[in-house]
Amino acid sequence: MKYLLMIYQNPATWQAMPESEKKAFMSQAGAIVDELIASGEWVGGEGLADPSTAASVRVRDGVPAVTDGPFAEAKEQVVGYCIVDCESRDRAIEIAIRWPDARRWGMEVRPILSPDGVEM
Amino acid sequence: MRTDAGTERLLRDLAPQVLGAVVRRYGHFDAAEDAVQEALLAAATQWPAQGVPDRPRGWLITVASRRLTDQLRSDEARRRREAAAVMAEPAGPTTVMPDDERASGQDDTLTLLFLCCHPELTPASQLALTLRAVGGLTTGEIARAFLVPESTMAQRISRAKQRIAAAGARFTAPPAGEWAGRLRVVLHVLYLMFNEGYAATSGGETSRPELTAEAIRLTRAVHRLLPDDGEVAGLLALMLLTEARRPARCEPGGALVPLAEQDRARWDRKQIDEGLALVTGALTTAPLGPYQVQGAIAAVHAEAATAAETDWPQILALYNLLERITPSPVVTLNRAVAVAMVHGPGAALDLLAALEADDRMAGHHRLAAVRAHCHELGGDRDAAAAEYRAAARTATSLPERRYLEARAARLARTGGPARAAGTAGITGAAGSP
Repeated sequence: MKYLLMIYQNPATWQAMPESEKKAFMSQAGAIVDELIASGEWVGGEGLADPSTAASVRVRDGVPAVTDGPFAEAKEQVVGYCIVDCESRDRAIEIAIRWPDARRWGMEVRPILSPDGVEM
Repeated sequence: MRTDAGTERLLRDLAPQVLGAVVRRYGHFDAAEDAVQEALLAAATQWPAQGVPDRPRGWLITVASRRLTDQLRSDEARRRREAAAVMAEPAGPTTVMPDDERASGQDDTLTLLFLCCHPELTPASQLALTLRAVGGLTTGEIARAFLVPESTMAQRISRAKQRIAAAGARFTAPPAGEWAGRLRVVLHVLYLMFNEGYAATSGGETSRPELTAEAIRLTRAVHRLLPDDGEVAGLLALMLLTEARRPARCEPGGALVPLAEQDRARWDRKQIDEGLALVTGALTTAPLGPYQVQGAIAAVHAEAATAAETDWPQILALYNLLERITPSPVVTLNRAVAVAMVHGPGAALDLLAALEADDRMAGHHRLAAVRAHCHELGGDRDAAAAEYRAAARTATSLPERRYLEARAARLARTGGPARAAGTAGITGAAGSP
């Protein structure tokens, strides 16, 4: 079953972090990705550019309103995501627990809806 | 390149026999499996244009053996270069052995299944490796079936092969003492393969290979090898009787149709007849097992000309039996559906209340769905709608969520007494132990 792991950060805190700490974060995350690739659980994932580069789009009565910045103003923003295909929800949570950002900010684990289903 | 259906069927049938012959001769399951895939690919591109050779099996064994020995030799050469050792290459071309192992070809299929369904592997890996090494599917096809990138599936398969090698597994049948337990694992993998395929058929993606057909083909092969095993026959019957419903299980738009509302005229009569014969034969001659009982339950549904004519007391008796053989919350959930039909929704809701305490089932959308169904049967529309909505929120399948939402909306919209909703098969494609 596939899960989306959303990586949350406070971009301001991240920027203020010493370079060595940033490097440690990235190498820890990189090591987990390598493990997930090797185990055949890795489906994909990317890091995102700063939330200030986002455009939020709403269309009301056919009129588009495009504003700069993320959809919801909050200190913590999605800065990246991974998609994993793993045995159970517990396994997806276990991966999130090990992700370095979870220690500082947070991770959100969401099941991805399957297009498959069985009649009842 | 597209291969015509006849060639493809031939290649898929030969795949495990060829792999078995090559592994028995050279060992190196991991490399041999790659070599056989290459040979199959070569055949798929050459045979349609140049014609099928007189001895296709021998042709494939020869080509795969040559690839394998080339590979092993180049691995060896690399090791030597790396060691900077000055040694002569083994000389001469590989001797091609004659196609002398036809008789053992069939047995190899079972040995291969035992190897691919090695208990050291996760079910996902067992499934992927079985489809490739026994089913002859390409990694790309398997990846499409499971909706993951090809690189993910390639990694999963290669890790599985490494694990098998690390576990020291040999290409031999398991010892007599482990045989029955290992066969159970094989049957479970075939069962998972079928369920995966059956669930996928509502997804509407036509490019996905049909895992139900593959599961039935492989289970048939096992049944040919072990005709007296009641569980193999029971599993094959269960698959056929479930697959028979496929033409009726979805609306053209892909919406799921519950068993009770399916147009039974569209069920596949031929598959039903075969499934009924298999299950009847197994029940009368072999020791009882969970697949036979599930096959028998599917048979009772198949025999009812209309949903109203379903022999629910018989189904309840079979679920009682199944729960005794293989107790699990999923079986209890299914039994609750039968209890509702025989003893009324109140008795079923009592049974479900006990399940809520079970961690494996609490918060599962099917538990809420069965509760909803019971409330609907009992005429409590508000409670039913609330439970359907709760079930929809926890469902992780899009078609199932849509079905549950539609059910809730229908209750909110219409007046009058609630009618019987869909019932059996509620916990899985082929029922589920």
